[in-house]
Amino acid sequence: MEDMLFYDRMQFAFTITFHYLFPQLTMGLSLLIVYFKWKYLRTKLEHYNKAAKFWMKVFALNFVIGVVTGIPMEFQFGTNWAKFSELTGGIIGQTLAMEGVLSFFLESSFIGIFLFGEKLIGQKMHFLSGFLVFLGTWLSGLFIIATNAWMQHPVGYEILDNGRYVLTNFSELFFNPWLMPAYLHNQAASLVTASFVIAAVGAFYLLNNKHHLYGKLFVKTGVIFGFIASVIVAFPTGDWNAKNVVKYQPVTFAAMEGVFETQPTDGEIILIGQPNMKEMKLDNKIAVPGVLSFLTYKNFDTEIKGLNEFDRKTWPTNVPGLYYAYHIMVGLGTIFIGAYFIALVFLWRKKLYQTKWLLWSILFLVPFPYLTNITGWYVAELGRQPWLVYNLLPTAQGGSPTVSSGNTLFTLLGFIGLYLLLGLLFVILIGKIINKGPQPIK
Amino acid sequence: MELLWYIILMTMLIIYVILDGYDFGAGIIHLFFAKDEDDKKTIIRAIGPFWDANEVWLIAGGGVLFFTFPILYASAFSGFYLPLIMILWLLIFRAIGIELRHHVANDMWRVVWDKAFGISSLLLALFFGIALGNIVRGVNLGGVIDGVSNYEPIYFFLPLWNPTFSPQAQELGVIDWFTLLLGVIGVVSLTIHGANWIIFKTNSKLIPKLKNVVFNLNIVLVVLTIFTLLVWHIINPTPFKNFFTYPLLWIFPILTFIGMGGLFKVKTYKKSGMGFLFSSLFLVGGLSATIASIFPKFLPSTNTVNPSLTIENTVTGNYGLSTGIVWFAIGILLIIAYLIFQYRIFSGKIDTIAYGEEH
Ligand code: HDD
Ligand code: HEM
Ligand code: HEM
Repeated sequence: MEDMLFYDRMQFAFTITFHYLFPQLTMGLSLLIVYFKWKYLRTKLEHYNKAAKFWMKVFALNFVIGVVTGIPMEFQFGTNWAKFSELTGGIIGQTLAMEGVLSFFLESSFIGIFLFGEKLIGQKMHFLSGFLVFLGTWLSGLFIIATNAWMQHPVGYEILDNGRYVLTNFSELFFNPWLMPAYLHNQAASLVTASFVIAAVGAFYLLNNKHHLYGKLFVKTGVIFGFIASVIVAFPTGDWNAKNVVKYQPVTFAAMEGVFETQPTDGEIILIGQPNMKEMKLDNKIAVPGVLSFLTYKNFDTEIKGLNEFDRKTWPTNVPGLYYAYHIMVGLGTIFIGAYFIALVFLWRKKLYQTKWLLWSILFLVPFPYLTNITGWYVAELGRQPWLVYNLLPTAQGGSPTVSSGNTLFTLLGFIGLYLLLGLLFVILIGKIINKGPQPIK
Repeated sequence: MELLWYIILMTMLIIYVILDGYDFGAGIIHLFFAKDEDDKKTIIRAIGPFWDANEVWLIAGGGVLFFTFPILYASAFSGFYLPLIMILWLLIFRAIGIELRHHVANDMWRVVWDKAFGISSLLLALFFGIALGNIVRGVNLGGVIDGVSNYEPIYFFLPLWNPTFSPQAQELGVIDWFTLLLGVIGVVSLTIHGANWIIFKTNSKLIPKLKNVVFNLNIVLVVLTIFTLLVWHIINPTPFKNFFTYPLLWIFPILTFIGMGGLFKVKTYKKSGMGFLFSSLFLVGGLSATIASIFPKFLPSTNTVNPSLTIENTVTGNYGLSTGIVWFAIGILLIIAYLIFQYRIFSGKIDTIAYGEEH
């Protein structure tokens, strides 16, 4: 049983990590495409339209891989987590079904129209279909995070005698206090990814001495949106999320921050250090006193609860992993704000397009929002362990009773092989699209 | 309430088969009949703007199943673990086969993705037929051996096949001669359906040939259908019981036969969409009749120890069902609006309208 769940968890972690590489770009990018298309309608300058269409090609390729890797996600609840599905399906199935009915149809119908229909429907309708694609992707995000929020902080349910959960209050699913902070944070984070990608492609063109007009447009748009989004990710949304964790999952918060001993006042914020699970302390710690309690409680002398206050059985199962994931996310988030602030200043001073080192930096930063988005989800998901539904349903009781570990290992290996192929193809083709660039202006 | 959701769910399933069925069929036609680049492009263009939205019926249907009948979802998805995951892999290959071929103008590249698209379409049609076969045949719920359940009564697990390939063995497999028979019917009927779609949506030079294909395969289909009806009692001693209890249900077998009858005249229709209409009728009738034969069961139990999974014993709470119906009604109206919009924009012979630019 232990062994079997291990592969189930690996399979879920692997497939969702891979899936999320794609929607995080498409959600942010669809907003920027709508922006370019809107600029075109307002200014009638042809290059805005061509920019929109160029990014739509990038979007389309990402979308396809997002779709094909998303379908296994939806099926896996039943295949690998049958007991969990049996017990809670009446609730989490509801939000997942809403995602299918209310957003996937919207996206998939209008993406076809947006990609192929420009000449058939005219400019205004074309803008509208782009907008509807954007709406569809953002609704998907909402429903999936509502599902996840329920697992993090269950609301509006009742447990029957046979252990099954039924819904008792629909609106609570959407007024779940966990939902909005998580959703806004996540959407801002996906805008960070998309902006960084746009800026990096622009920087690539400028450094390569081609597509100058687009290079400048992309760098400018990317830097402005990227800076705004990076700030929103940290404040207010990141901060809100942290407060939720303190309130609803205090033991998770202690592990995220790496606080082993309760700190009476002046809770220090840890910048660097390695959790030592044997001796229950951080090695090589560098910390700033006072800041943590200020950030979380707006007060310099509040007590911060440490892991020692909680029953060891309730600790997240992977404290070091959780701690690193959180520090990588926050650390990189801070670097993003700094780097894009500098870029913004250079843009303001009209020096950005000539400053090679800065363009190179923008180019090299592009993998990091992906990494940050993934580690952020690891914070949420490792922090939820050992529970599937927080404080109610242990992960160990959620698996499929009849699927043996040999079978899960087989499918896990199959997914790994298949996704490596998909990843390789994606990289080759996206490189081709970007290298070719948007259509030149006549 | 649960009856309403049952009908919704089955309707979504049938819509899915009709819509994605034509692009599976197009894939099979593409595999066997498309000779030159022109044929291939035409076929892919005929499904290009639609296939993705068609597939959403599967995803949305899965979601609705998940929340309305979670116990069935948990039982069936874990019990049919291996074939389901393989279906997922095939869906992935098919989608990238369609979408990646045009990215690189190189013959070898295209050959690979054309085959990926064609073969996965063929196997999917086969697998979906086999899946239907498994559902009507039933499974060994609770994993009963010699009168003792090995699992909770709602769970089971099927290997891909058992050594005897018999639908009556104690330890069943996903593939046996009966389910394979339905698999072949799946392939034949979806090939016909896909050919009809291409006849309907394009001016391809393949059309005369495709009309012959439809005609000839229809003969095969009639033979297979009759044969299946004759052997049906082997897996279900009283297959027509429901039809005598609720005589209204006869409408489904009748639709099936109207569909097959209409397909014989495919060569003479003036309107190019008629063939498609009849193959859709066949699919609606055939699927509904099959599903109706096991109603109100979802998944019959092949042992006498554990009860079959039915509408009643797999449903979630009533409150969830009634809130769900509200957003579902809104959703379905919107979906109809998108569909109308989408099919109007891409109406007519799709290979002749200037649709987008080649990328
Ligand atoms: C570009 C990506 C990105 C960046 C720069 C940040 N985050 Fe984040 N964070 C995410 C991407 C992300 C995410 C992947 O989107 C998560 C996972 C779940 C969610 O809703 O958002 C997340 C979750 C998440 C959580 C919830 C953890 C849980 O559910 O247990 C907290 C407390 C923070 N973040 C806090 C921050 C703070 C204080 C940041 C300061 C800079 C920050 N994040 C930057
Ligand atoms: C991109 C986003 C996500 C990432 C990177 C992610 C990551 C992970 C990881 C690493 C695990 C394994 C945890 C462990 O076993 O220690 C996991 C488990 C799981 N996650 Fe997520 N997750 C994401 C989003 C979601 C969402 C949106 C849902 C719900 C709708 C979800 C539901 C689950 C479930 C059911 C499991 C399996 C049980 C478990 O191990 O807790 N995940 N996820
Ligand atoms: C366990 C969790 C998840 C499941 C079950 C799931 C399911 C799916 C499915 C079935 C699709 C294909 C939809 C189509 O055909 O149009 C899809 C695509 C998508 N998913 Fe996920 N997904 C999960 C995690 C996530 C997360 C965490 C996000 C973002 C917050 C997300 C956002 C999207 C978006 C925006 C799409 C549209 C396709 C794209 O843009 O790539 N999904 N997902």
